[in-house]
Amino acid sequence: MKRRDFLGWMTRLAGTTLGAFVLYPVLRFLVPPRIPEAVTRRVAAARKDELKPGSFKTFPFGSQPGILIRTSDGRYRAFSAVCTHLACTVQYRAADQVIWCACHNGIYDLEGRNVSGPPPRPLDRYEVHEVGGDVVVEKPKGA
Amino acid sequence: MPGGGGPPARPGWREWLDVRLGLEPLRRLAEHKEVPAHRHTFWYYWGGMTLFLFGVQVATGILLLLYYRASADEAYESVRFLMTQVSFGWLIRSIHSWSANLMIGAALIHMFSVFLLKAYRGPREVTWLSGMVLLGLALAFGFSGYLLPWNELAFFATKVGTDIVGDLPLVGRFLLRFLRGGDQITGGTLTRFFGVHVAILPAIATVILGVHLYLVQRHGMSVPPGVEAAGPARRMRFVPNFLMRDMVGWLAALGVLALLSALFPWELGVKADPYAPAPAGIRPEWYFVWMFQTLKLLPSHVGPLEGELVGILGIGAAGLVWTLAPFLDDAEGRGPRARLWSMLGALAVVYVTLMTVLSYAWGGNP
Repeated sequence: MKRRDFLGWMTRLAGTTLGAFVLYPVLRFLVPPRIPEAVTRRVAAARKDELKPGSFKTFPFGSQPGILIRTSDGRYRAFSAVCTHLACTVQYRAADQVIWCACHNGIYDLEGRNVSGPPPRPLDRYEVHEVGGDVVVEKPKGA
Repeated sequence: MPGGGGPPARPGWREWLDVRLGLEPLRRLAEHKEVPAHRHTFWYYWGGMTLFLFGVQVATGILLLLYYRASADEAYESVRFLMTQVSFGWLIRSIHSWSANLMIGAALIHMFSVFLLKAYRGPREVTWLSGMVLLGLALAFGFSGYLLPWNELAFFATKVGTDIVGDLPLVGRFLLRFLRGGDQITGGTLTRFFGVHVAILPAIATVILGVHLYLVQRHGMSVPPGVEAAGPARRMRFVPNFLMRDMVGWLAALGVLALLSALFPWELGVKADPYAPAPAGIRPEWYFVWMFQTLKLLPSHVGPLEGELVGILGIGAAGLVWTLAPFLDDAEGRGPRARLWSMLGALAVVYVTLMTVLSYAWGGNP
């Protein structure tokens, strides 16, 4: 190998190494860090007298929305409000007694089962307790 | 394939690109470009060095934008998050801060060397003027960027800096409110500085930098009068001889940046509290320190005028004369007038250096 070729190869090697040294921190920087979230198992979703029969509210449950429904017979049901299709937030339609996702017309019944439209799975269901003046929503054990 | 009857050889990627982009004229230009080689050639590298550091600023600035949040409630926390949680976040921020300082240092060396070698003589007056605008933009970048982490030092430096503008006669009050986005430094000021730092200044700088580089290309490097008098200077090819030397300088700058960032990571300090007292030893960035020190040394009143106003007007007038040097100095760069301007240039270097050193030597108590 001629000296000129050798120097050419060494320059390319040095350039590539330098490029890698610059690029590596940049690529690592671009990837957002994983921030561990405090696990929320239980949250006071509403005051006892807040929801009339046939109404609903969405509430923050950890970093995700939950939905608390008071059916026309006065009982509470709570689910994850994240549609299992493409993660839009669902709502309660009192007239049809269904949980409805406006994004792609996905429909769940009041047990959270996907009964119509594109959702592939039921909604996660939560337990509801009345504690003092609050309606408390809790993830079931093992969930 | 001599004499062969096979299909024509496929063009290489260079030919492919050239047909589409017309790169041949650029290649010819690079091939024919030459740079004078003489005992002052060393100073020719400082413009390229400033440009390289500007490139580092653009690249790291874009990266910082991915995590920075421009509001008084979140700015400090977002920078702290970036520095403590994001991989290499501390490094990217430190490089951005150190490179900003080195860039202004390189720009100052470039400016003083152009001045002292009289490279601003005709037909390069507009090159000089565009360079002065670029330096002003670099200082504005520094001033606006300094506030963005929303820490105590930045808050008070911005307060003092904008307050000085408020002392200007006639337009002072208007300028102060214009800069701050109100009477006080608030979250509104932060948003305004952020917009200026990442959108307005880059847009203007891109245009002026384009003009500056075009003019440097159009007129070539200036040969100092002393070298010119001794006969035509030797020349070296820009590609590869000068460019390779340029790149050695850039590589060294990258090494210095990495070293400074690793050994002296840029600190974040304490979050700004608009109602807290100013911390002791507060001082602007080093490149503003000579002005700060000049204002400090002036008495409270000079005749009927306030000392600070006299200082601001004096510095402004000196800056104007400095900018107009190509039109006031001898066109040939020889004779008593040229010597006077060389002396003024040297005096300016000594004055700025002395005031800066004095400020640091005396600390907060001159």
